[in-house]
Amino acid sequence: MSETAEHSPHHIDVKEFHPRAQAAIHNPKIRQNFRKAMDGLMTKRKSAFEGWDLETLRDLGANIRLRALANLPDLLEQLEQKLTENGIKVHWAVDGDEACRIVRDICKARDAKTVIKGKSMVSEEMELNHYLEEQGIEALESDLGEYIVQLAGETPSHIIMPAIHKNTDEISELMHEKTGTDLSHDVEYLTASARLQLREKFMNADVGVSGVNFAVAETGTLCLVENEGNGRMTTTVPPCHIAVTGIEKVVPNLEDVTALLALLTRSATGQHITTYFNMISGPRKPDELDGPEEVHLVLVDNGRSSIYQDDELLDTLRCIRCGACMNHCPVYTRVGGHTYGTTYPGPIGKILMPHLIGLDEGRHLPTASSLCGACGEVCPVKIPIPDLLVRLRQESVDGDKLHPAKVRGHGAKRGAVEAMVWKGWSWMHAHPGMYRFGTSMAARFRKLQPGQIGGWTQYRTAPKLAPKTLHERLKERGQ
Amino acid sequence: MVDPIKVYPAKPSKVYFFGTCLVDMFYPDAGMAGIQLLEREGIEVIFPQDQTCCGQPAYTSGYHDEARAVAMAQLDLFPEDWPIVVPSGSCGGMMRKHYPDLFKDTGHEVKAAEVAGRVWELTDFLLNVCHIKLDDLGEPTTVAMHTSCSARREMGVAEVGPKLLGQLSNVNLVEQIRAEECCGFGGTFAIRHPEISGAMVSEKVDTLVDTGAKAFVTTDCGCLMNIDGYAEKNRKPITGQHILSFLWERTNGKKGDRS
Repeated sequence: MSETAEHSPHHIDVKEFHPRAQAAIHNPKIRQNFRKAMDGLMTKRKSAFEGWDLETLRDLGANIRLRALANLPDLLEQLEQKLTENGIKVHWAVDGDEACRIVRDICKARDAKTVIKGKSMVSEEMELNHYLEEQGIEALESDLGEYIVQLAGETPSHIIMPAIHKNTDEISELMHEKTGTDLSHDVEYLTASARLQLREKFMNADVGVSGVNFAVAETGTLCLVENEGNGRMTTTVPPCHIAVTGIEKVVPNLEDVTALLALLTRSATGQHITTYFNMISGPRKPDELDGPEEVHLVLVDNGRSSIYQDDELLDTLRCIRCGACMNHCPVYTRVGGHTYGTTYPGPIGKILMPHLIGLDEGRHLPTASSLCGACGEVCPVKIPIPDLLVRLRQESVDGDKLHPAKVRGHGAKRGAVEAMVWKGWSWMHAHPGMYRFGTSMAARFRKLQPGQIGGWTQYRTAPKLAPKTLHERLKERGQ
Repeated sequence: MVDPIKVYPAKPSKVYFFGTCLVDMFYPDAGMAGIQLLEREGIEVIFPQDQTCCGQPAYTSGYHDEARAVAMAQLDLFPEDWPIVVPSGSCGGMMRKHYPDLFKDTGHEVKAAEVAGRVWELTDFLLNVCHIKLDDLGEPTTVAMHTSCSARREMGVAEVGPKLLGQLSNVNLVEQIRAEECCGFGGTFAIRHPEISGAMVSEKVDTLVDTGAKAFVTTDCGCLMNIDGYAEKNRKPITGQHILSFLWERTNGKKGDRS
């Protein structure tokens, strides 16, 4: 990945998916925290859409995103022009490293020592906090979940609810240990303590860094959705605001935001609307009382333009980062976000991360799904996640000569033995006579069937071959 | 995902039966039951003996050349324009939804799409094409139902099983919590990620046992093998059956007809 990532103490090896999954499965606290949280989120989403024509709204959301992506290069140019007219300085970053350097340079130019951050998954992707620390700049997360995760020295476990893997007891102990707060089960007290600690940081921070939910090309408006007010503080209190976003977040018009926002909050947390919806259109004007003196937008590519060039994989870029796919994923629910070892966990992570880190690094990700389709069913912008998982599986084993693989690191998962097994399987099933002979022999000698079949019989009895195949029974019947 | 609007054909005089490899080797009773239910509706069932597998295991594992070779061997087995019925949401989903993608740029797209358009999941076909009326001859019983994810989401037949079971006057259908959650089978997923799949199936079995039913029925042999296999190994008080076997037994008057 990036230079910063390699140096980062938080960089987790994606390849260690299996041992981490095993550890999570056998950790009752993790299992319980996630089951409870996901059950709650699923119920809330369902009730938030009651009375809505959800399918029509999803179609609308998908179409808005597809239209935006179809015109992405033009929209980005328009966005840059509008933002510049509004007094926002626009920067382009090819990858996370470059984006980090841009943020650093802005900080250095202001002689900034402290940065306060609103929630931003792109900054997680860039591992901005560690980079800034290495540069002698303190970066403090101000979203409560992010703040807790940062105190614990961890990465977010969910893109909307970063600290969802922890329960109140764990958070209380963590805050007690790191900030001296009293041990308490009182959520109000704990929240108020964090608020006090953060309030002081907001007032003294030199720079505020935030993410962006939607960037509107027509008006040059950066929209930011949040619940705690920390996003508004981050973007208005410090004298300098730097927003970072992936290049795909642009939409043509303000009208587009209406439908996407309705889908986003309901899909994510089951809320009809969030407490704060910020629309940032420029730095403080001479007659205004508050707001930052300067505003920057860093547009981060980091592999996105290569996804953009593939008609099928392009759909990944529709994502509006609601996390509904995680909330409904039976795999995510069992193992939690950290098991994936990636910035974006869960179903969207499985289709997005291979582009960001390559299939050599992320080759286990597309297989970690039963293809049950729950993710695709709830995705508010109808990303065909299961289909993309199959496509990436094909890429990871180079399994299609007609449609050669394109993603970086393709073929990394191909093993000689497995490839041979599939070749043999294919040959037998493409030759009906051999298939009938093989299956009828298997049925006849079913007593010799092995009682242990790898991972299957670890949890289940072996399937039992029938005494006669359906082919044989129908043949006897004259069919 | 699911087609927004399904256009069912008129009840035909003949259908092709695609048995699936799991039914063929492990659950032929379910296949026989499906055929007998169709025959009772006055439909002649054609079973092309050269059929093998839909190709799904290789397809979902990423081996598309291998999947295509196997799927190709099935394409010519259904020359007349009769419907192709499949006793599985999963294999049905593969043929109906994924064949057109699999044969993209091969020169067989048209044929694949034509075959795909005739594929029906069998319980859906019985209910919505045959308009089957079931006369329950069995003793009072309670069952739970597990609809496979592909039956639910690819073939859009989640309502079908409960409707069919609802026609059986002596059957009390009880619903598990999180009925729409995957049982953890997922083909090779169960082997590639045994620990996650094991956690999923253990919770699925728990929710089924919690319904109080001693038996469950399902649309797919993969789920059946998974859930039943877990229950058996861990001595849980529930056993499963393919929904077609159950429907046939309840309405035929004699258990396990093997004609």
